[in-house]
Amino acid sequence: MPLMLKNGFVVRDKVVQTNIIIDNGKIADITDELPQGAADIEVLDCTGLHILPGLIDMHVHLREPGYEYKEDLKSGSRAAVQGGVTSICSMANTNPPVDNSSIVSWIKRRSDEIGLCDILPYAALTKGMKGEELTEIGDILSAGACGFSDDGRPVASSEVMRRGLEYTRFFGSFIACHEEDAPLFNGGSMHEGRVSAECGIKGAPAEAESIMVARDIELVRLTGGRIHLCHISSRRSVEHIWRAKEAGLNVTAEVTPNHLTLTEEMCRSYNSFSKVNPPLRSEADRLALLDALKSGVIDCIASDHAPHHLDDKLKEFDYAAFGMIGLQLIVPLISRLVEDGVISWSEFANITAANPAKILNLSDRGVIARGKVADIAVIDSKCEYIFDESINVSKSQNTPYWKEKLKGKAVYTIKNGKIVNTGS
Amino acid sequence: MKDLISAKELTKDDIYSILDTAESLHEINRRDIKKTPALRGKTVVNLFFENSTRTRTSFEIAAKRLSADAVNFAASSSSTQKGETLLDTIKNIEAMQADILVLRHEASGAAKFIAERSGTCVINAGDGINEHPTQALLDIFTIRRVKKELERLTVTIMGDIAHSRVARSNIWAMRTLGMRVKLFGPPTLLPNDPKALACEIAADKREAVQSDVIITLRIQRERQGKLLIPSLREYSRFFGLNSEDLKYAPKDVLLLHPGPVNRGVELSSSLADGANSAILDQVENGVSVRMAVMCALRRQ
Repeated sequence: MPLMLKNGFVVRDKVVQTNIIIDNGKIADITDELPQGAADIEVLDCTGLHILPGLIDMHVHLREPGYEYKEDLKSGSRAAVQGGVTSICSMANTNPPVDNSSIVSWIKRRSDEIGLCDILPYAALTKGMKGEELTEIGDILSAGACGFSDDGRPVASSEVMRRGLEYTRFFGSFIACHEEDAPLFNGGSMHEGRVSAECGIKGAPAEAESIMVARDIELVRLTGGRIHLCHISSRRSVEHIWRAKEAGLNVTAEVTPNHLTLTEEMCRSYNSFSKVNPPLRSEADRLALLDALKSGVIDCIASDHAPHHLDDKLKEFDYAAFGMIGLQLIVPLISRLVEDGVISWSEFANITAANPAKILNLSDRGVIARGKVADIAVIDSKCEYIFDESINVSKSQNTPYWKEKLKGKAVYTIKNGKIVNTGS
Repeated sequence: MKDLISAKELTKDDIYSILDTAESLHEINRRDIKKTPALRGKTVVNLFFENSTRTRTSFEIAAKRLSADAVNFAASSSSTQKGETLLDTIKNIEAMQADILVLRHEASGAAKFIAERSGTCVINAGDGINEHPTQALLDIFTIRRVKKELERLTVTIMGDIAHSRVARSNIWAMRTLGMRVKLFGPPTLLPNDPKALACEIAADKREAVQSDVIITLRIQRERQGKLLIPSLREYSRFFGLNSEDLKYAPKDVLLLHPGPVNRGVELSSSLADGANSAILDQVENGVSVRMAVMCALRRQ
């Protein structure tokens, strides 16, 4: 039966109060007219709600296979659709890592079986994620990988990165880069700066990221390859990206909602929920990230959803695992930027859906338009709640926003025309 | 011509002259008594600093059929192992009044280095990843024997172009002859600057095989570095040649390979042994072409 989203604020280039008709999994029409013979159409009243393209999160750790006690493909998919996210790119640092076509095919099949959101698997760039030999990139792409990444580990060797860029270029794919100069990071637990000095926590300088950003941009220049820079966190990195884009290089970048809204100050509590890699940085870095997002230097939002069991987090700050969950936090944290007047609703849709779709070459989604796949997030920007067990459906709860008051929520999520989150 | 160091330095006339001589000598190799006195009393020294069976044997047979005295020098049993420099080794052999040195060496430029410092004629039998001019000449000779004329032909070279002395010599000679050369392989095995060799780069296998001649090159993953090719299986699927791939090629496409073939990697057995293959003709023609080259050299 066709579905009508009635009377919502539909977010496209402009925000217009109108109706969306969904049929056969596609957006059939966007119209002010109410269809005649309304008996055989399901109606969802969206008055007062914002209707956005389903979010596309390019950076998610689903932990399966290997670490199902932290998250699995199903629990991660549930967290995604509860957060308004309809497509997620899963990272390859599982156990075993996603470094061959069989595991990629298996994840794609599981994604279809679960039937909540599209899981688009990244495959590892190097075998065993050891940073030495390239994976069977052509074979893996024919199994449906969305791109290549050793995320979680930097590609230390410039020669490996060079050859990876050349080889992926032939197949029209790209490398998502976790930028970290490991010797310079040197076992740090937080951003090296004023707070780390005051609190006596070993810090890692922002340059551990920006040096590798600069290196990989140089390698893109050398090879004509394409990179997507993951979870950018520092002002210096932003400057390198800006220059790369000015030079017309094939470089895109993402930022997490955490790095846009939190700073190193969070670490004063020694609460390991504030421990993440790259670390929360200074206020100046945070403001530079916001500017970069607004000006298009940073293309998109990605959650870097990194679930960890409490056993891995309830530890001394130095010994706790790095990472924060985030699939259900994109909507409230980016809605806050809209409410604060930092970005518009249309920009919200661009950085969470349209731009990731472009980076991933997904022409069937990312915007609300006739003929596109009916992947939709319906957002109540006024809804206030405490982020706790009653909301969170991830297996893990590691976020500095745990038990914090949030505003803005995906009350319905529609995937391929099917309601997969009813807001309850 | 004192030396044959590089296909790049050969003029169109040089190449045709060698091909024509080779054609006239070719018949000798099919005789019952395979000998002509052209180089009687001359001494040819094969100096192979890299392992080779086929090329060394080919040069040795060529020399002997021209009635020259052929001597083989294997680097492993030589004074090189004792720390003698290349130049000293050459000077010693020269002192024995050798007439032609056939040099294979792992360092690019080695043949040129020696030729410029020696009065003896030098034939480059492969210097590093730079050139292997007699291979190019025998490839072109083989093509001409089948296709009758060379200009206007398109030749595709597939595989490790960046590290191939065979590819480089063929490209220079074929360009001089006005042939069209296409290259195909993963970017890790192509020159970083595609314009450097002034050849077309085929975007995919289908485009690559639309050619009059296809030369597949030997893939040596262990030697070329494991980083450049993820696996032989993947190489064969995306960059190797099998019967299925030839659907888009002309029916009379000629298949060449400098050998030794990795069956099932760069070339399937059905193609290597099939009707389009001229791989064994290349080996036979190699002797004639090397005889022709030896006849063309004169001490100054």
